[in-house]
Amino acid sequence: MSQREKLIAALCVVAFIALAFLPWFGSAYVMTLAISIAMYTVLATSWALFSGPTHYISLATGAFYGLGAYVVASGIGVLPYAVLVLIAALAGGVLAFLVGVATLRLSGVYFVIFTLGLAEFIRQVVTWVQNNFSGSRGLYVLTDIKQNHIYWELLVLLALVIWVGWGVRRSRIGFALRIVGDDEVVAAHSGIHSPAAKVTLFVISGVFAAVVGAVMAPRFTYIEPSMAFSPELSFQVVIMALLGGVHRLWGPLVGVIPFTLLWEAISASFPTQTVLLLGVSFLLIVYFIPHGVVGLLEKLSRRPHGDAGVKADAAPGAGHA
Amino acid sequence: MDILVTGILLGATYALLAMGLTLQYGVARIMNLANGEWLVAGAFGAFWVFTTQQVSPFVALLFAVPGAFVLNWLIYRLLLTPLVKRAKNRGMLEVDSILATFGMSFAMVGIMLMVFGGEFFSYSYLAEPFNIFGSPFGLNRVVACAAAVLICGLLYAGLSGTRTGMAIRAVAVDPTAAGLVAIDVPKMSAFAFALGGALTAAGGVILSTYLTLDASIGVLFTMKALIIVIMGGVGDVRGAVVAALVLGLAETAVASLIDPGLTLAAAYGLFVLVLLFRPQGLFGKRST
Repeated sequence: MSQREKLIAALCVVAFIALAFLPWFGSAYVMTLAISIAMYTVLATSWALFSGPTHYISLATGAFYGLGAYVVASGIGVLPYAVLVLIAALAGGVLAFLVGVATLRLSGVYFVIFTLGLAEFIRQVVTWVQNNFSGSRGLYVLTDIKQNHIYWELLVLLALVIWVGWGVRRSRIGFALRIVGDDEVVAAHSGIHSPAAKVTLFVISGVFAAVVGAVMAPRFTYIEPSMAFSPELSFQVVIMALLGGVHRLWGPLVGVIPFTLLWEAISASFPTQTVLLLGVSFLLIVYFIPHGVVGLLEKLSRRPHGDAGVKADAAPGAGHA
Repeated sequence: MDILVTGILLGATYALLAMGLTLQYGVARIMNLANGEWLVAGAFGAFWVFTTQQVSPFVALLFAVPGAFVLNWLIYRLLLTPLVKRAKNRGMLEVDSILATFGMSFAMVGIMLMVFGGEFFSYSYLAEPFNIFGSPFGLNRVVACAAAVLICGLLYAGLSGTRTGMAIRAVAVDPTAAGLVAIDVPKMSAFAFALGGALTAAGGVILSTYLTLDASIGVLFTMKALIIVIMGGVGDVRGAVVAALVLGLAETAVASLIDPGLTLAAAYGLFVLVLLFRPQGLFGKRST
């Protein structure tokens, strides 16, 4: 670690410790917002871990999240909560592995298409299983887990995802993946087994999304397939990550905070038009800030000549974050 | 036998949808994730015509098809052309167009929710029995199938018999080479994209005569059309028709033998098989 990285790491630790004390100061409303922000930050950061360097857009966050929530909901009376979270992580990893093995050997389009319907597909299967084998559609998640516990769990996850992301960026596999994202042929010729690298990263990203679902499950109290596997979640995660910028580890964080606050305001004042506004804001981001706020800031501050700033970040030198 | 006939009746309309998507992806090179929303829009048109004007829902084709054509042409010109210009290679265009059309699909769902509300809608049209091989089938399904076959036939004749059709096929094979022989590639791409949207809307009008739909169901049809296009091989019209029939049969079989709620699972099963064994399409040749 360089001097600068040690400083950043120390600052991160201090920030996390400070954030852990929030429940003693924040009101219930602040805590609700904080949980939303923490949840979306973990989801968007883990999404960007895979989709950032490879440019393979995953639209399946909702599927993993729902799976994690469902694992907890179906086992809550039988097994201890901690075990269920582990099972959820395993389930998310297995699902990501299967999807990855089926699609990531091929071009990116197949992957996108597969992930597009994945949440809906799993929702159908879960509904079918419940209708035929368990009798009731919904499940109650009754635990003594309070809002503050969820917040702390998410905070731990956030620290974990940032630590993993930082490690991946410095590791051989992160480097390999950036080459794959820039040019798959070049990657293959320099001896990178790109399907393996892609599947590994996708599994990591899937595990995080499933664990977030498992952590959030006690908050639902009552879970139904149509609530757990909502397509909007996948969509929001992609928006937030893109808004922030995916080529920096802290990029998604920059997107999540303003978007969550904005969304809170929008859904309070136009509750019936949320889907339309979500689509429109997404289009605005794709057209006007394709490299996210972070890309925009970097372009403005450092390199006045063209888009060199964005290209250079894909290069190996961008290990610090 | 019932499954076979119902599957083929359904498959014919799927073929129409897949052709729309093939034109958009194979020719205009836009992976359009908002495709299914145009289907729902067409279906809403038919619903509106039938319930408020009391005429045949097929009358909706008269305005839904040109309307979808013009709107999709505008979308291509105003929203997608900047992306085509911005992209440095096909991969970048793919990423950008996926993101942009994904955003559009949500925007369209939002607009349709606003205009029509979130209710399921269906109407009863020609719901009388029609005998094929001694078993009764809904007359509406038979008429829908005939309409889909007719439109597919017209499209096929247009693509293989006219100058514009030949230009479109040339762009599908190689846009750069097509440009060299004086084909206006941007113009043809816009035309193909608009035509694809129009076909999808036509498919929506046809499907609405016997299916129950709602504003946010479009993504399911986008998935199905994408799976058919991949199963048939991108740009392969013959393959798309066969794949559409296979999907129609598989869905009908799963719906009648296991559970009607598992139709997407059937489509996914086929998709996985295709990805594992024939990612180049049913009749495609392995490229490497």
